[in-house]
Formats: sequence, C-alpha cells, structure tokens
Amino acid sequence: MDKLLNEFSFGLFIWQTLLFIALIFLLRKYAWGPILNAVNEREEGIKNALAEADKARQEIQDINADNERILNEARAERDTMLKEARDMKTNLIDEAKDEAKTQANKLMEQAKAAIQSEKLSAIADIKSQVANLSIDIAEKVVKDELSDKNKQLKLVEQLLGEVKLN
Amino acid sequence: MQQKKLLNLLTSLLLIIAFQANAQHEEEHEIIQHNNAQEVAHDNGHGETLSLKEQIKADINHHLLDAHDFHVTDYLTFPLPIILWDNGLHVFSSSKFHHGESVAESNGNYYAISHGNGHIYKTDSSGVIHHNEKGYESNEKPLDLSITKNVVMIIVTSLILFLLFGGLARSYAKNGGIGKGPGRFLEPIILYIRDEIAIPNIGEKHYKKYMNYLLTIFFFIWFVNLFGLTPLGVNITGNIAVTFSLAILTYFITTFTAKKDYWKHIFWMPGVPAPMKIILAPIELLGTFIKPFALMIRLYANMKAGHVVLMSIIGLMFLFKSWIGSSLSFGLAFGLMILELLVAALQAYIFTVLSALYFGSAAEEHEH
Repeated sequence: MDKLLNEFSFGLFIWQTLLFIALIFLLRKYAWGPILNAVNEREEGIKNALAEADKARQEIQDINADNERILNEARAERDTMLKEARDMKTNLIDEAKDEAKTQANKLMEQAKAAIQSEKLSAIADIKSQVANLSIDIAEKVVKDELSDKNKQLKLVEQLLGEVKLN
Repeated sequence: MQQKKLLNLLTSLLLIIAFQANAQHEEEHEIIQHNNAQEVAHDNGHGETLSLKEQIKADINHHLLDAHDFHVTDYLTFPLPIILWDNGLHVFSSSKFHHGESVAESNGNYYAISHGNGHIYKTDSSGVIHHNEKGYESNEKPLDLSITKNVVMIIVTSLILFLLFGGLARSYAKNGGIGKGPGRFLEPIILYIRDEIAIPNIGEKHYKKYMNYLLTIFFFIWFVNLFGLTPLGVNITGNIAVTFSLAILTYFITTFTAKKDYWKHIFWMPGVPAPMKIILAPIELLGTFIKPFALMIRLYANMKAGHVVLMSIIGLMFLFKSWIGSSLSFGLAFGLMILELLVAALQAYIFTVLSALYFGSAAEEHEH
C-alpha cells in the first residue's frame, strides 16, 4: 500500500481524469450518439422491412384465399344454376305432361260425352224408327191377317186354349 | 478460471527457467565480465556499474513507471514538457533532466527525478534526493502536471478513438445508415456492449444514459492495453493513478445516478429484521467503496503483472546467451504475448461489465 501511494502520481491522475471526461463528452457528441442512433434506425428499418414483408405475404395469402373463395363461389353458383336449370327443365316437362294429360282427359271426357249423347240420340232415333217400322209392319200384318176370317178365329181359339192351359 | 490456471503454469515454468538461468549465469559471469565488460556493465547515472541482470531489473522497473520523456530507444528519446506548480508555474523541457541523470533549474528552484518512482522532487543545487527509513523519498514534492509519456499516450489514444469512431459516425450519414471504414470493424463490439453488457445489467429502461461512459471506458482501456503491448513500452493501465481515476468515475456515476431504492438497500435493507438492518448498513456502505476499489486494483494488478512477466521473459533471452534457452524464452514470450492480447480485451471487458453492474444496481427500481 505504501509503495502504491509512493508511486501514485497526482498529476497523471488529474490529466487522466480531465482527458477521459473530455473524451467521453467528445465521443458522446461526435461518435456514440450518431452511431447508436444510426444503429437504432437501421434496426428499426430492418424490423419495419420484416414486418412489411410479413404484411405483404399476408396480403398475398389473403388475395389467394379471396381468389379461391371467389372461384369456389363461382363454381357453386354455376352448380346451382345448372341445378336450377335442370329442375326447371324437369318441372317444365312435368307441367307439360300434366297439362297434356289433363287436356287429353278433358278431350276424352268431351268425346265420351259427345259419344254418349250421340248414342242416346241414335238410340232415340232408332227407337222412333223401330216404332214407326213396327207400326208399319203391324199395320201390314194386321191388314193381312184381318183379310182372312178363318185364321183369326183359329187364332182366337188357340189363344183361348193356351189361357186354359195356364 | 482457465486463464488463471494457464498463467500459474506459465509463471511456474518461468520460475524453473529463471533458476536455471541463474545457475548458468553465475558460471559465465566472470568470463563475460572480463570479455565483454561493455555489454554486461552499464552506467546507471549514479556512477555505479550494474550487471546485466540488475540492468534488466532496472529497465523493467523503469518501464512500469511513467516517464518524463518519451523513450523509444537509447538513441531516440523525445523530451516532453514539464509543468510544475511550486509557488508559481514552472514550465520547461524534460531535456533539462538529461534522462533523469542531472538536476534541472527553473526560476531559482532545483528539481531532480527520483529513480525509485520516477517522480520529480525539489532538491538543492546538487540534486540529492533524501530517503526516509522506509526507503521512500522525503524531499518536498511540487505539484507535477507535466505532460508525461503516459499523458502523451492517453492523448494519442483519445485522438485515435475520436478519429476512428467519429469517422464511423460520419460514415453512417454519408452511406445511408451503413457504416464504412475501419470503425466498421468495431461496430459489432459497440452492439455487443449495448446488447450483452448494458441492457442485461442495467435494463432496457435506463441503459441509454450510461452507454457513453461504458463504450468510452471499454474502448479506452482496450486500446491503451494494446498500446502497452507495443514496443512503445507504455504502461498506462498498469499505473495506479490511471486506474484510480477510472474507478472513481465509475463510483461517482454510480453514486450520483443512484435512485432512492439504491440508498434504501444500503441503509435500510428491506426484508430483513431490524437488528440485521443495523449490522448490514455499514457493510453495504463499505461495499460501495470496495467495489470501485476492487475495479482499480484488478485492472492495475493485471496489467502490471502482465508487463512484469512478459518483460522478465524477454529479459531472459539476453541472460541465457544460449540458442536453446534464448529461443525457448522467445517462444514463451510469444505465447505470453498472445495471452496478454486476450488479457488486454478481457480486462477492458471486466471493467465495463462490472461498471455496468454497479450502474444497474444504482438505476434499479424495485417493486416491494
């Protein structure tokens, strides 16, 4: 310790302290300040650039996802449209079929009704003709029959005999 | 831990070699002295002749101390200005001391440099420095504000740091936020200090205001340590005045930026019984002084020890005078130099980490 104190140079201590403090302040102003700022700025820049790259990547991903989604939607729309068209087609066909069927039915009904009425009128006509014909025939037969008196008497007898049998 | 082991190994190796060298030297001593008196003996300025071994020892001691002239080789020495305050300002060139061998006169006062610690003492015209019973200089000592070798190197290092990092700072603006030039090489270290030292120890919230100090102290200590390993032969961080100055700055910054919680933890530790609080207070208070004191001693002792060991091994090369021993110590010195390069960075790192740790405790806010 004594040797250390004996070696201690107060002048050197003063110089060292003064020069070192001056060096700290000079370097602070002209070196460390600008250097640390520049380094910080650079680091911020790198960080920002990385973040931006990340963002851009995210955006591209989003766009891709969007594209995919839009494509899917379009596909789905196409499918629904196709399906609708198909449905519409079957509906149309079904409807047409129904329509045709009802129309046909109606025509049939009408035809049937017409046939019926024709038949009835024909029957009526036939009836009247048959009646006329019958009357004519009956007239002729009666005329013919009444001309022969014996035959009439024979017939009356026969009819009376039949009644007896019953 | 590993490093300590390695250092132990190296020192023990050195010890063995030193003993062998001693024995070898003793045998050769006489012959050498007769044959090559010029090489072995050297005038130390006191008119005494020293053996090579003593001369190496004196050289190491001289190297460890600060000096008033910039000694590169014996033929290339730059004088430095001497500034003394001794009832008036005395400014003169250190060449007046003739490398500490003669007395210098200024405005009627006489000064001489002590060989013991390299300091300037006031003497009479004959330049005799008296020593007390402990062997320390007892002459009157003027306030010595000379630009010594260490001061020159502190200025040079500061300039280099300023130019290096100032240039780096300017290159950011010019180059669109990317550094350029030699300072670019050190940018990862700046980031390391911020991300691995400042933020974990101090915290995201407060670290910014300490960054200037932490960065400056790291690069200053590291660069100065590296200069110590060059043949310039400076030993700045191995000087107690320098490490004291650095440590006291850490202490002041810790103390003056301390929050309420820091003082509360020192004087009235929460969560312990009252009698313990009374016992803990002085211990904690003492701790605040011991921490920077340990910082000071750690840096000083590590750097000084490194220089002593390295220079001793280099000195051995000249003592061996055999191609096996000398090349062995050359290899050892080379290995140790690489280790010292690591130590130079490590000590700067430790000083910075511990400073950050102390700042962290000062800036911390607890939720009790």
